[in-house]
Amino acid sequence: MPLTKHLNVAIIDSNPALGSRPYFNKEDPPDPRVSTVTPATISFFKDVGAWQYIEQHRHAYFDKMQVWDYTGLGYTRYNAQDINKEVLGCVVENKVLHGSLLSCIENTDFQKTIYPSKLSSMTLPPSPSSLGMDSTSSRPPLSSQRHLAKLELSDGNSLYTKLVVGADGGKSRVRELAGFKTTGWNYSQNAIICTVEHTVENGCAWQRFLPAGPIALLPMGDNFSNIVWTMNPKESTNRKLMNEDEFVKDVNNALDYGYGPHPTSSLFGSGEMFSWPRAGVTLSANDCFEVPPKVVKLASERMVFPLSLRHASDYVSKHVVLIGDAAHTVHPLAGQGVNMGFGDAFALSRVIAEGIAVGSDIGEVTVLKKYEAERKPANIMMMGILDGFQKAYSVDFGPLNILRAAALHGAHFISPLKRSIISYASGEQKLPLFT
Amino acid sequence: SSSTGGFQRASSLKDLELAKFASIAETWWDFEGPFKPLHVMNPTRLAFIRSTLCRHFDKDPNSARPFEGLKIVDVGCGGGILSEPLARMGATVTGVDAVEKNIKIARIHADLDPVTSTIEYYCTTAEKLVEEDRKFDAVIALEVIEHVANPAEFCKSLAALTVPDGATIISTINRSMRSYATAIVAAEYLLHWLPKGTHEWSSFLTPEELVLILQRANITVREMAGFVYSPLTGRWSLSDDIRVNFIVFGTKNCQ
Repeated sequence: MPLTKHLNVAIIDSNPALGSRPYFNKEDPPDPRVSTVTPATISFFKDVGAWQYIEQHRHAYFDKMQVWDYTGLGYTRYNAQDINKEVLGCVVENKVLHGSLLSCIENTDFQKTIYPSKLSSMTLPPSPSSLGMDSTSSRPPLSSQRHLAKLELSDGNSLYTKLVVGADGGKSRVRELAGFKTTGWNYSQNAIICTVEHTVENGCAWQRFLPAGPIALLPMGDNFSNIVWTMNPKESTNRKLMNEDEFVKDVNNALDYGYGPHPTSSLFGSGEMFSWPRAGVTLSANDCFEVPPKVVKLASERMVFPLSLRHASDYVSKHVVLIGDAAHTVHPLAGQGVNMGFGDAFALSRVIAEGIAVGSDIGEVTVLKKYEAERKPANIMMMGILDGFQKAYSVDFGPLNILRAAALHGAHFISPLKRSIISYASGEQKLPLFT
Repeated sequence: SSSTGGFQRASSLKDLELAKFASIAETWWDFEGPFKPLHVMNPTRLAFIRSTLCRHFDKDPNSARPFEGLKIVDVGCGGGILSEPLARMGATVTGVDAVEKNIKIARIHADLDPVTSTIEYYCTTAEKLVEEDRKFDAVIALEVIEHVANPAEFCKSLAALTVPDGATIISTINRSMRSYATAIVAAEYLLHWLPKGTHEWSSFLTPEELVLILQRANITVREMAGFVYSPLTGRWSLSDDIRVNFIVFGTKNCQ
């Protein structure tokens, strides 16, 4: 963006990956820390010239998705062709995302400095909203840094800046130092993640809701898949420690006949009543339920993460703005978290460019509020939906199970609804319905 | 005689105008204060200024500082809410205002940032600047002409400050039924956006009148646009609707 080319950017991050040249051994199995990026995020990466680096490393597009639960009462299959697209998303290891963005930064011509350090303290300048009237007419000594925020780093450096962007994750230090309030709760759930191997290639994203939480199987390319399995903390400790063979058996059980039967369509008929008018029926409405490919081997260590929902009540204050997990943390059940973050970054960079076009001070709240007005409602809606799903699927209660299954069934067969859902989850549509 | 009486009436009207603004000078930079409507409208005014001046002076609209090398005067600059963005966009800016307090506030605020501290502020009038034989590439007077005693003379002063083929930009409120309803009744009495009595409806000019007096001052109007406020989004946008707030861009005829 030519309007922002002149801005001087400092990146403060103590992650060692930023210092060394990223080296990926192609023989290594995929790292279990992955992200599912939506088409909207892929567009963003292409716009800034970073996607070309991702394509040089392991990445897995997928165009099919199946969602079902343990009650066997319903299932949904999605296909990218339902919305005339080629992919629903792409699964990429986080280290590949980091490396690509780093390469992109290094090859783009603008002033940047990386500080491999941590933020110790932050001092914000006082607000000049009500300026006192000096009796002396002479100008006070010019302090060129009086209108800037001062950051002190753990390595002793001091930085002065117009705008501090808190992109430092769910436990954001910037958020803490700036005094933003948050609301949220911890889900009494942990997620286990790991890489697994099949005998065949997996080309579909699978998610089955179990009584204690969903298990997701995401394609990673070659014969590998990534597992994200949400469960209560006690089970997560057990499953992390049990031997590999037992774990693999458990996973296959969870994806197959464990906890309940395979869904059939017999409860609600074959969906014929939803299939009229014939025109406009989605391709995937005719797909039968499939069993995911069997896992034959565990290909990485098992990692456990606690899950929570957190939201900052404000995203902006003078000189400070929060993006990504620092502003909002969500349940991984729909693979949306990192995509919301990239959406934030995209929106903020556009708002800054628009502000510069009309000579604004980019640290000014009125400029930054435009970013908040754009992103907060979208993020809150997504969080509400995800949280709603999490709660709806946490309860094993007959009538509710049937209601859920009916909803899943409807989502599978009612074509306009399905298209809306896919478009929304792909990041193309702002609202889930009524667009 | 009636002429003396008329003269006295004109100068006292002007004093009343000055007093209105002096009383709220400290709140210029309070984004939530009495000047909030102006702050909210500012980016839209700047968008018009940016597009017309870039086109006229053949400047790159994709540059962060397209006004490098241009001398601009902000007549009726108030606390500097237009002058500062113009300076950030690269212009050499002079701001003038008849209210001493406004200039003091503008100076203090501009000194907070090295980029804006280069702005020159003077407590004076357009007429006095003409007497000093000052000349500028662009002369901008936004939301001022509705407060002056003699709009025709004011336009002549603005023209005298503009170099041949330079730019003159004026924004004001249309004298229409609609503007009475929105700018006076709604803005002042219902929504309390502006202090009561800020605007005197009878001193509003219609676009036709403004174009005419500018023509008489040797300025040809090239572009005109309206500002429209949407209560739904809380934002202003540029539009063809000149029934309430409007802005004109003109060029000084070369002799």
